[in-house]
Amino acid sequence: MSGPRPGGREATGRAATGGLVSRHRPSASVRSAGPVNQNNQRSTVNRLSAENVTLAYDQRVIAEQLSVEIPDNSFTVIVGPNACGKSTLLRALSRMLKPSQGRVLLDGQVIQSMPAKQVARTLGLLPQSSIAPDGITVGDLVGRGRYPHQGLLRQWSAQDERIVRESMQATGVAELADRYVDELSGGQRQRVWIAMALAQQTPLLLLDEPTTFLDIQHQIDVLDLCAELHEEQGRTLVAVLHDLNHAARYATHLIALRGGEVVAEGAPGDIVTAELVEEVFGLRCQVIDDPETGTPLVVPAARRARTGAEGPEQGAEARVAATEAS
Amino acid sequence: MKTQVMSKPAARNRALRSPGGLSVRLDTRACVVVLLLLLAALVASVVLIGTGDFPISAADVVRTLLGDGDPSQELIVNDLRLPRVLVGLLVGASLGLGGALFQSISRNPLGSPDVLGLSQGATAGALVVIVLFSGDADQVALGALGGGLFTGLAIYLLAWKRGVHGYRLVLVGIGVSAIATAVNGYLITKADIVDAARAVVWMTGSLNGRDWEQVHPLLIMCAILVPTVLANARGLRMMEMGDDVSYALGVRVERVRMLLMVSAVLLTAGATAAAGPVSFVALTAPQLAKRLTRSPGPNLVPSLCMGAALLVVADWASQRAFGADQLPVGVVTGVLGGVYLLWLLVTERKAGRI
Repeated sequence: MSGPRPGGREATGRAATGGLVSRHRPSASVRSAGPVNQNNQRSTVNRLSAENVTLAYDQRVIAEQLSVEIPDNSFTVIVGPNACGKSTLLRALSRMLKPSQGRVLLDGQVIQSMPAKQVARTLGLLPQSSIAPDGITVGDLVGRGRYPHQGLLRQWSAQDERIVRESMQATGVAELADRYVDELSGGQRQRVWIAMALAQQTPLLLLDEPTTFLDIQHQIDVLDLCAELHEEQGRTLVAVLHDLNHAARYATHLIALRGGEVVAEGAPGDIVTAELVEEVFGLRCQVIDDPETGTPLVVPAARRARTGAEGPEQGAEARVAATEAS
Repeated sequence: MKTQVMSKPAARNRALRSPGGLSVRLDTRACVVVLLLLLAALVASVVLIGTGDFPISAADVVRTLLGDGDPSQELIVNDLRLPRVLVGLLVGASLGLGGALFQSISRNPLGSPDVLGLSQGATAGALVVIVLFSGDADQVALGALGGGLFTGLAIYLLAWKRGVHGYRLVLVGIGVSAIATAVNGYLITKADIVDAARAVVWMTGSLNGRDWEQVHPLLIMCAILVPTVLANARGLRMMEMGDDVSYALGVRVERVRMLLMVSAVLLTAGATAAAGPVSFVALTAPQLAKRLTRSPGPNLVPSLCMGAALLVVADWASQRAFGADQLPVGVVTGVLGGVYLLWLLVTERKAGRI
């Protein structure tokens, strides 16, 4: 039913390797007490973490007792279905949303208790909603990323100027410096916003769905840029992504959320399995090796196999086939 | 201290730096605009002081202002006309600055105090004093101040929902404005004819008969609020990129917004208390300033200077057009503002932005 796959890895075999040990532990406290530790960095050494946070908008609770560690120097990607709380978690990690219980720690301090500018020099965020003011140039917008390093009497140092130039070079928008932001394409504009976040010069950078609304080539472009920033500049990146395959390809650490709970976390190659995808997204699929990178590639099962459209027997058969994956 | 001038990679912003690590960033074009506007306001003020039943030449006005004129002119210049011009300058500056603040906070050119109902609220306060209590000029001014502050508070509370947001602020403001207008209409119909006439004159906005008693409170208000506002201008600039971005950059968004809104309400209410609801200055000054500086950002100082220049010029026009004290300044600003607003809408429509 599933057909031949080039160099396919057994989805079931992958599950047996132990990557999924954590997924049947819905409670964060149980999970953190357990031996499961994909990155060997759990504990207090990581710079950014959420401890037993309850996240809610007014009365609507998105997540309860959620604990997450962002491994230092990782490119962490948070995935999960819509409304699973991934953007909410990112907002909490970037102190946009105050947890109603629990705490978010940055360098061992409760993030809300730290001075706003000090946080802004350590942790940057590229939110989904950002507005380019009318008639602003690229250089001017990127320069605004220097705000947390400036003051009333230190408005524009030579260092500011150098860092803005470097940020624009790193994101490939240096030649656009004098152009108006309104005139740029969506992909260019996203690069400019990333340049602004870079100019903030934070060791930690959080990105909320940085590829949304972009064409596929610009999505890859932005993700390549993130990978470069992670590898070459050694920054810790945390991104929320919709595309599971992009997440699996680029992340060094993956956090899968569902219903406000961490279902699994670890290196994509260890945790992305057909079972996990079905558990998190409710989607039957195969997981094969990405022919380009060898990272897990999620291939949704054919509609017939998923819906059992041709009658109960065939449907059941298809489901069995999909689960066993060849 | 020796300063060196270096150009920024993009555009025309310049940074002035001292060896001690201090640096100030200036937009050259905005600086030129500010200087020209100040010059315009100064010239218009001198001309305005010289204008009236007893004309005085510009040279004499300057000489008298510098304390070197003859005594008869001194009385007219220093006691009669200078306070009126100063009230005009201060009211214009307050309205220009208040308008720029509100437009920037609401991220909407229509988010100015006239549209948000602050002027109408201040008017309601003044009318209550005129119609119900037949109060004197000072009491009317206090009534206007109280009405403006109350309206500002009401708008803030009604629009506040995990942070005040642009459209919400404008919509709530329009609602509040409608209510205040209805109250004003009711009060006028209830008033006897003398009070009603007085109320209507007050409602047009006028600088007639303003003296040093109006200058001092306005001066104190501006001396406190203008530096407060300018100290927070950089945060406001960041807030134009959205709450999330500015928050991520380390701006304490709610605190800055609250402080600036309170300042804007005080500036507007104070100006209205001194001169009545002079229409359209708060709406037009920031937009005109923005088009002159061609700079993104709230353009606070250019808007302040534009408001001052605009009001003095309008006052001069109102006196020249129909003879001294014939036409309240609010009529002129209303006509200018209305024409300007239409021009704005037409050109923006052509540019495809509306």
